[in-house]
Amino acid sequence: MTVDQRTLDQIALSQEEYRLACERLDREPNEVELGMIGALWSEHCGYKNSRPLLGLFPSTGPRVLTKVGEENAGVVDIGDGWCVAFKIESHNHPSAIEPYQGAATGVGGIVRDIFAMGARPIAILDSLRFGPLSEPRNRYLFNGIVGGIGGYGNCLGIPTVGGEIAFDESYSGNPLVNAMCVGVARIDRLARARADGPGNLLMLVGADTGRDGIHGATFASVELDERSEERRPAVQVGNPFLEKLLMEACLELTERHMDWIVGLQDLGAAGLTSAAVECAAKAGTGIEIDVAQAPRREEGMSAYELMLSESQERMLVIVKPEHEDDVRRLFQRWELHCVVIGVVTDDGMATVRDGEQQVARLPVGLLTDPPQYVREGIKPRWLEDLQSYDLAGLPDVADAGDALLRLLSSPEVASKRWVWRQYDHQVLTNTITGPGSDAAVLRIKGTNRAIALATDGDGRLCYLDPYAGGSIAVAEAARNLVCSGAEPIALTNCLNFGNPEKPDVYYQLEQCIRGMAAACEALHVPVVSGNVSLYNETPSGPIYPTPVVGMLGLIEDIERVVPMGFQSEGDAVFLLGGDLRGEADGLAGSEYLKLLHDGLVAGRPRIDLDLEVRVQGLCLEAGRRGLLRSAHDCSRGGLAVALAECCIEGGHGLDGSDVAIGGRLDAALFGEAPSRIVVSTADGDGLAALAREREVPLTALGRVGGQRLLLGTALDAAVDDLRRLYEEALPRALGEDAPSFTAENA
Amino acid sequence: MRFAILVFPGTWSDHDCQYVLRDVLGQDAELVWHREADLSSYDCLVLPGGFSYGDYLRCGAIARFSPAMEAVARHAEAGRPVIGICNGFQILCEAGLLPGVLLRNESLQFRCQDVHLRVESIETPFTSLCRPGQVLRVPISHGEGRYYADEATLDELEANGQVIFRYCSPEGEPAADANPNGSLRNIAGIVNQRGNVLGMMPHPERAGEQLLGGDDGLVLWRSVIEAGMVAVAG
Repeated sequence: MTVDQRTLDQIALSQEEYRLACERLDREPNEVELGMIGALWSEHCGYKNSRPLLGLFPSTGPRVLTKVGEENAGVVDIGDGWCVAFKIESHNHPSAIEPYQGAATGVGGIVRDIFAMGARPIAILDSLRFGPLSEPRNRYLFNGIVGGIGGYGNCLGIPTVGGEIAFDESYSGNPLVNAMCVGVARIDRLARARADGPGNLLMLVGADTGRDGIHGATFASVELDERSEERRPAVQVGNPFLEKLLMEACLELTERHMDWIVGLQDLGAAGLTSAAVECAAKAGTGIEIDVAQAPRREEGMSAYELMLSESQERMLVIVKPEHEDDVRRLFQRWELHCVVIGVVTDDGMATVRDGEQQVARLPVGLLTDPPQYVREGIKPRWLEDLQSYDLAGLPDVADAGDALLRLLSSPEVASKRWVWRQYDHQVLTNTITGPGSDAAVLRIKGTNRAIALATDGDGRLCYLDPYAGGSIAVAEAARNLVCSGAEPIALTNCLNFGNPEKPDVYYQLEQCIRGMAAACEALHVPVVSGNVSLYNETPSGPIYPTPVVGMLGLIEDIERVVPMGFQSEGDAVFLLGGDLRGEADGLAGSEYLKLLHDGLVAGRPRIDLDLEVRVQGLCLEAGRRGLLRSAHDCSRGGLAVALAECCIEGGHGLDGSDVAIGGRLDAALFGEAPSRIVVSTADGDGLAALAREREVPLTALGRVGGQRLLLGTALDAAVDDLRRLYEEALPRALGEDAPSFTAENA
Repeated sequence: MRFAILVFPGTWSDHDCQYVLRDVLGQDAELVWHREADLSSYDCLVLPGGFSYGDYLRCGAIARFSPAMEAVARHAEAGRPVIGICNGFQILCEAGLLPGVLLRNESLQFRCQDVHLRVESIETPFTSLCRPGQVLRVPISHGEGRYYADEATLDELEANGQVIFRYCSPEGEPAADANPNGSLRNIAGIVNQRGNVLGMMPHPERAGEQLLGGDDGLVLWRSVIEAGMVAVAG
């Protein structure tokens, strides 16, 4: 064997995998070929550790129009001839090294995936995780990542309408940046990522190819260490202006001239190699590329570099030869380069030439069929200890009012307005409900429908019980949609985990997926697209296992959107799915434990999926019947924080002074048991009757009114005080002065 | 009334302007690519928001050289209405059709939020249907919206009644903490001396439907439409 370890390390291929490639090829690959194999066999492109597990997800349903993995994004039918394409994707490793560009190009990449389908992107959501903001490095990453998302998305004119942010020590140095994009299209205008028809042309459009991002896919598939900084050249640099032109040009092509092309594919991880090979694999064809034709930013680039560059803002269009000039003219009008770099063949081979000289020739099937690893996960001993921790042995809360103020003042719970006011969340004039609510709601122009969008994924709960945590992530995303009045119809996910070669991490990955799949089945929500990000580890260990769920919901009647905050004095307030009797178990994994018990992360989170289904069904039906004035899900910070948010958001107080709280006060107020929703209604009797019919527990919490949050004898606080703490916490944690109160807060 | 909505490379409020004019208000509103040099068949020209040429070099500094801008200048010269919103305001300033410049927000951050605007003059075709001193709630979305001009120019604008919108509190006070970007004298929108070219940072096209949180921006469009009808009738 002539290849050295250093070369293999560079492309994250093991000796074993190299031998396998030689065996299948019946010879040793040359340098270009090895680079191509390494990129497509990386975890990032090849899913070699995760693909067998991903098969556990239910992925079909009456609305689903695509097969998982077949296209750039999942597509579902929303009626009236319209469909929605959506997907979430990680850009964790690049963002850890170069936060602004890492996050910006994460947005750019997922947006291309959507318009590659012929769908106009109408929303971006971002799910972010950081280490504590008390550490300067984490503040630097936070500022850079938020800046990069805003810088790219704002320039594109696509609203950033939602997402979530959470903090934990395990994400220090390995932040998570999961960007989701959602687009709409006429069903008959969907584009495919296929290189059908030998003789059709491969046209490369958009940015020139540079040396940025080489080995990006590989870099995303290894752990971060003290030498990761040296990988900075593997991070791409974004140009959102160019992407905007590319998007408009591609949409003009798909909306008006679908007959000119057979396929459309963006260039993302592993650049031209991945784009061309995957299009050929899906169509069962081959491709021949001449890299000498590719427009480039600098002299002297090798075939290896051109095939593996991850320069941004590039698309591959598979064009019928008779329309070559039409397509070129269209892109030129948008002031974009457009060149023929190859042709579709019928030999099932990926052939690369550099002018006259052939530099690579590999079977497409070899490239897209990496080895699959089914590993054995082992539940670690430390997890048993955490799960059996004696929560009942902790003293109950002494001053619940003070605990609520402390929770509202923690960046984890507090308002994220500081972040989202830097994002344009209104452009395209569809945003009915923007950031800061359970779910974002956007109207679909030309219909009477709206879609709702939410992302969720609690790493801490998954750490304490990956199976239950996985189920809870799916259930919470669905619950958030239901609170807005939407029926959950499909989801995309991004699985962020550590190194799967370690048995305890593999255990987390497998259990989490199984838990998610169970919740998907129970709630009848198929998984239509997804992405896996493994090797999220620093020298201090792996991140919390963090599956991020991005879910799509449908509101058939735009008049039935339900807001989060209390709306009208006198409305009756209820808790659906729970009561006011606190049990110690309910404190498992709560923010309260972490904040008021010295960082304690313990207990065993649980979810009763039957109850969850009933609670969501009730909330949805009540919303459809017009019974709900508001609905808000209980999550971080528990019932007390949920009530505070309803008051702050709605500008009304709650008079719940007559309610009786039993058992442990801390668990009743701050426990984070799932399957609970706070609602307000003008028709308490009607709601109670519906709850009885559907066998959902319902607990009266008082009435909307005044300007104080009153609950039993435990809570009594002015809404203005709660709002001030809630709004000021994040700017303060970032070292800024208290924000001024302009119209946005009024 | 016939509106042309100019589209520069990187413009993104074009569809929003078209939607409010055509679908909400029933007007004839066309998107016009920036290479079009003849705009004489349109009654009103709209330069929408966005990041023309990526805001590279300086906001609006490249777009001002587009062929359509000569037609915009002729339109303005003829006393016909021109509206520049956000990036469109920046382009009009760069083109010298409006005085002053838009600097980076004082916070150094992009801001997308609702603001309140006090209508400072109803003697323009853009505000004729407003009440004097009326307070409008309209969104902003920009990183470089801090209006700046030298003192003499500002005094002249005030004296001529060219300051049309000022950032204010919900009660109408042009207070410092109601100013989202550090604009001098809380200026949110101005007109040229003749009163037919408007530049404003807030987005009236986003405040056109109660469904999306408010329709205070409609009064501006309705004023222009009515002024246009009067002009035609006269």
